[in-house]
This record gives sequence, structure tokens and C-alpha cells, in this order.
Amino acid sequence: MSAASALSKSALKTVPAPSTSAAESVLPAGQHGIKEHSDGRFGYVPVQTRSDRFKSVNVADFEAVTGREAVWKHSPVAKFTDLTAGHVDGSRYPVESTPSPDISVEWVPRTDARIGTAGLPEERAAANAWSAFDDALAITVSGEEAKEITVTRSTLGNSTRGAHTIIEAKPFSQATVILQNTGGARLTENLEIILGESANLTVVSLQEWDDSAVHLANHFASVGRDARLKHVVVSLGGSIVRINPSVRLAGPGSDTLLLGLYFADAGQHLEQQVYVFHDAPKSRSRVNYKGALQGQGARTVWIGDVLIGNKAAGTDSYEQNRNLVLTEGTRADSIPNLEIETGDIVGAGHASATGRFDDEQLFYLQARGITEEEARRLVVRGFLTEVVQQIGSPELEARLQLAIEAELIGTDDK
Amino acid sequence: MSVLEIKDLHVSVETDQGTKQILRGVDLTINEGEIHAIMGPNGSGKSTLAYTIAGHPKYHVESGSILLDGAEVLKMTVDARARAGLFLAMQYPVEIPGVTVTNFLRTAKTAIEGEAPPIRTWIKDVRQAMTDLRMDKAFAERNVNEGFSGGEKKRNEILQLELLKPKFAVLDETDSGLDVDALKIVSEGVNRAKANTGLGLLLITHYTRILRYIHPDFVHVFVNGRIAEQGGPELADRLEDEGYDRFLVPSNVG
Ligand SMILES: Nc1ncnc2c1ncn2[C@@H]1O[C@H](COP(=O)(O)OP(=O)(O)O)[C@@H](O)[C@H]1O
Ligand SMILES: [Mg+2]
Repeated sequence: MSAASALSKSALKTVPAPSTSAAESVLPAGQHGIKEHSDGRFGYVPVQTRSDRFKSVNVADFEAVTGREAVWKHSPVAKFTDLTAGHVDGSRYPVESTPSPDISVEWVPRTDARIGTAGLPEERAAANAWSAFDDALAITVSGEEAKEITVTRSTLGNSTRGAHTIIEAKPFSQATVILQNTGGARLTENLEIILGESANLTVVSLQEWDDSAVHLANHFASVGRDARLKHVVVSLGGSIVRINPSVRLAGPGSDTLLLGLYFADAGQHLEQQVYVFHDAPKSRSRVNYKGALQGQGARTVWIGDVLIGNKAAGTDSYEQNRNLVLTEGTRADSIPNLEIETGDIVGAGHASATGRFDDEQLFYLQARGITEEEARRLVVRGFLTEVVQQIGSPELEARLQLAIEAELIGTDDK
Repeated sequence: MSVLEIKDLHVSVETDQGTKQILRGVDLTINEGEIHAIMGPNGSGKSTLAYTIAGHPKYHVESGSILLDGAEVLKMTVDARARAGLFLAMQYPVEIPGVTVTNFLRTAKTAIEGEAPPIRTWIKDVRQAMTDLRMDKAFAERNVNEGFSGGEKKRNEILQLELLKPKFAVLDETDSGLDVDALKIVSEGVNRAKANTGLGLLLITHYTRILRYIHPDFVHVFVNGRIAEQGGPELADRLEDEGYDRFLVPSNVG
């Protein structure tokens, strides 16, 4: 039930075919063969190199969102026109954070030199947030010792908001930053993550919003020489949650691990468009997103773009997405794309698969004495644990295991 | 002394063409320690009997009864049947994504015993059973049946049989699709389980070849949803020579 392709040394500029799988029955994602680039051939629309997408911080530079755009075509855009077209409140909001000696959390003005250095909006909701914010929340990490901080937003409420956050890890610093989101929200925002030379930063964005919340986020990361970014997206609660991380491996020897964990239940739309740009030699990336779907109308989208630029000799990359479908009536889209502009690569590959937990599996487990409830728990926990265990924060990992089990039970009531 | 009694069992299944009668009055009593072979042509209802004993929801019991030491099995949930001591080695074992063999075995053992097995002896038992079945250690960390070959799936079924120690096991065509080496290994496993626990066995097969390695006390010929004839091991030899032709009534042909 899986398809994978691996590519070692190759001189081709390649764009493999994307694959989408809607899961009603067992759905292998198909073979993602590496194909030769096809522009110039009759009938083909040339594929735009990912790094060439239009960027602007000004909302007026983007056309109104129709839902036909590549970045929006999987999203229920009609349900959040207030965030793409309306005025959003860009004022400060309450945040709580656990104290940590070498991490400062403060509001900084739009003129802060760091703003705009990690990335720029490529779509209208992101530009809307960028145009609107008054001050940015800046989380600045220094100090070489390992440490953890949790920054919580729990009282955003239901009026529309635009926000901007910066996380900067100074050269050689080390930390885990957990961004915890609970309560209500109608939020569009940008997060910039800047890693100095040899910094080692883990950023966890945890979405445990109320059932009606809408959250659109773009995370832009820039990873310096020999720095390492672990980025984790955990989306459990919220009506529509769309977190799009893009990471530019900017310095030689930079390294990123992008993890994702999502559990969509009835009516939920959870989306993530992941983009890794290898823009320096000897850079390395791993992407691993896993999701479970349960209940009528549960919907997930994963798009994984990896671009290995012409400056990025000797890179190693692998991305995968796996979905576990627990009931009928769900849909999981999983679309990996790999673009390679250099012949000198160590490895590049991707895998995508959507598997189904069905009545026969349940019967098999029950026939070994395992109750139905335990059987589901076993399968989901087994599936998602791989990602949970890589987060590297024992307390958070334990809490997430419980949250996942609560998801399982929660949807049984709906 | 445990006993499994199947009495006048009638079972149907819902199909697109309506209700289809499959079992038409099965009577069978198995005592602990006995090996009963059920032999019959494809489509005669053997798997239906196996699944009905295990409690698969697709099969509707119209009438009859299955008693385990006097208790009505048909009233039990699937998992309760397993905990009561019944085991089904499936003809087509199911892949379970995300669950490793190790995790699955421990969870099943815990469910059946009502408490977690003592870690050290359990790990030792699992290793030993895997070695006996010539299963590579790496299997333990693979997801249940995912990417297993046909033979590996069958070994994995027998591994469970050996570790879960049921009172009665139904083996549904465990022999089919196995080469002779695998057939011997699997048969040894079944014989070992019987020697260790004295379980009763219902050995469902289409061919006689597994009966060279597992010796039945009784042979039942299963045709058109019921037992058409029964006898001792010599009946299997006769079937080997003559096939099922003489049992097949015209209505069942085609
Ligand atoms: N779930 C089902 N749906 C429709 N027909 C079934 C189903 N299960 C079994 N049957 C039919 O019942 C008959 C007996 O099947 P089965 O018990 O599998 O036989 P055997 O194991 O002896 O080959 C066959 O004709 C088969 O097609
Ligand atoms: Mg059968």
C-alpha cells in the first residue's frame, strides 16, 4: 500500500507526477515515477519552478481568491473570505509564556530588521495578515544550553485577526519552542523562523483550537550554515486549519526535519503545504507527515514540494506522507512533488500512501481477544507514534498520546 | 475436559442477489485433544463455518447453536469468543497498518489472559516460537501481515496459535499456498501447540497433503453446507484417490 521512488545521482531536471488519493476504499497513492521535465511539449502547461512563485507583502497585489488557484484549490475558500478579502485586526493580543532565562518574548514594531528575512507571502491570506499587523511577537533564543518554552494563545476569540511572529535562534543557541493554540480563532498569520549559524531549534506548532476555529498560517524558515531546524505541526482541533511551512536551507550543511501529525474528525479540514528549498550545498531534509481521518466529511490535504536548487550540490532529501483512514466518508489528498535543478545529489525520494482501517482489520484484532475500542486505539497509536516519538519533548509527547486517544473517543460521540 | 459442540447450524449471507443459504444443518462435536479434519470442495461452506464460529458479522446464524463447555458461543462478541478460548487461523490473514507484530502479540495476550504477561518470560516465549517457525527476528518489528508473503502470513497465524494457547483452534486452509518446506514447518507448529496445550483442532482443508503431517482422529466430508460423510483417517485416503465427485449432487455443480 505504498509507493516510493528514490533517486540517486541523476543529471535530469525532473518533475515527477503528483498523486492525489481520495480515500473511500483502499487507496495506494500510485507510483510516483521520476519523469523527465515536460515543458516545451505540445499540450503541456509548463510547471513553474516553486521558487519562482509571485511574492508580495501587499494584499492588494493579489487577485481575489476564487478557489481555482494552485494554493487554494483544495481548501474551502468560501468559508473564510473574511480572512482573504476582509479587514483583519492586526493589534496585539494576549500571550502567555513559561519563563525561560535565555529566551525573550516581546512585541516589536513592523520596522524590526528581522521582518521579511525568512520569507514573503505567496498568497492572499498571508499578504492580508502581513499588511495588517501592528507589532510582531518576537521570540528570541540565545544561550547554548538546551531549554524549552511554551507560548500559549488561548483568548483570540472569534473576530478576524492578522498576526506576525518571529522566532530567532541566535548562532549556536539551542531551544524547543512550543506554540500552543487553544480556544476560538479566525486567524491568518505569518511566522518567520530564523536560524543563525549552528543553531539547533525545535518549533512545535500545536493546534488544539475549538471546533469552530479557522486558522490559516504560513511558516517561513531560513536555516543558516550547519544549523538544524526541527519543525513540528500538530493539528487536532479546529474547523479549518491550514499550516503551510516553507523552509529554505540557506547555509551549507543546514539540516531540517519537518514532522506533522494530524487527526481530522467529522467535518474538519486539516491542510498542510510543505515546501523545502535546498538552496545550499550539503543540505539535508526529511519530511514525515502522518494523519488519521475519522468521521463524515473529515478532510486532509498534504502537499509536499521539495526543490533542490542549482546551488545545492550534494544534498539529501526524503519526504513522505501517510494517512490512515478509520471510517467511510473521509478524503485524504496527498501530493508529493520533487524538482531537481542540479545533477549532483546524494539522494532524493518521496513516498505517499493512504491506508484504510476497515471492518476486516477490526475483525482480525477482535478475533484475537482485543476489544473494538482497544483495536482502534492500537492501530491509531501505532500509526502516529512514529512521529510523536521524534518530537523530543517527553512531556509534550506524553500529552499528545493522550490527546490522540481523546480524539478517537471524541469522534465516537459525534 | 473441554468440548465444542456445533448443533444443527444454519447460516446465510446477504448478497446482491439476496439472502444466500450456505450452511444447512451442521452437527459436529470436538473434544479437547481431538483433531477433526473437514474436507470439502471449494465453495462448500468451510470458511463460512470457520467464520461463524469466530463470529464474523457478515454471517447470519438462522438457527442452531455452538456451545463451548455448555456456554452459548453465538451470544458472545468476537473478542469474547477469543477470550473464551476459541482461535481461528484465517485463510486470508488481514494486514494491520501501524501495528507491529510485537505490539499486536502482547496486546492480544494481555486481552486473553486479562493481564499483561510477565515481560521476561514473554519475550523469551515469543523468540522461541519465532525461531521454531523459522521466522526471522525482523518480523517482530514489521506491521502485522503487511508485505508478508502467503507463507509468512500462515506462519504468523501459527505463531499466534502457539502463543495465545486456545482451547480450540479452527485452521482454515492453513496449508493452501505453502510449499512443502513451509507446510512442514507450519504443521510442526500445530503439532507442537497440540502437544503443549492439548487443544482441540478443526483442520479445514481442500487437499489431503497436510494430513501427512497432522494426523486427524476424524475426517468429515463437507459438501453443500453440511457434513456428507464422516469417518476415520482412512476416509482421507479415499478422498485422495477418488476426489469429491461422488459427493457432488448435480445442483451443486457449476
Ligand atoms: N460474504 C459472502 N458474500 C457472498 N457470498 C459468499 C460470502 N461468503 C461466502 N459466500 C459464498 O458461500 C459459498 C461458500 O463459501 P465458503 O464458505 O467460502 O466456501 P469454502 O471455504 O468451502 O470454499 C460460496 O458459494 C461463496 O461464494
Ligand atoms: Mg475457504
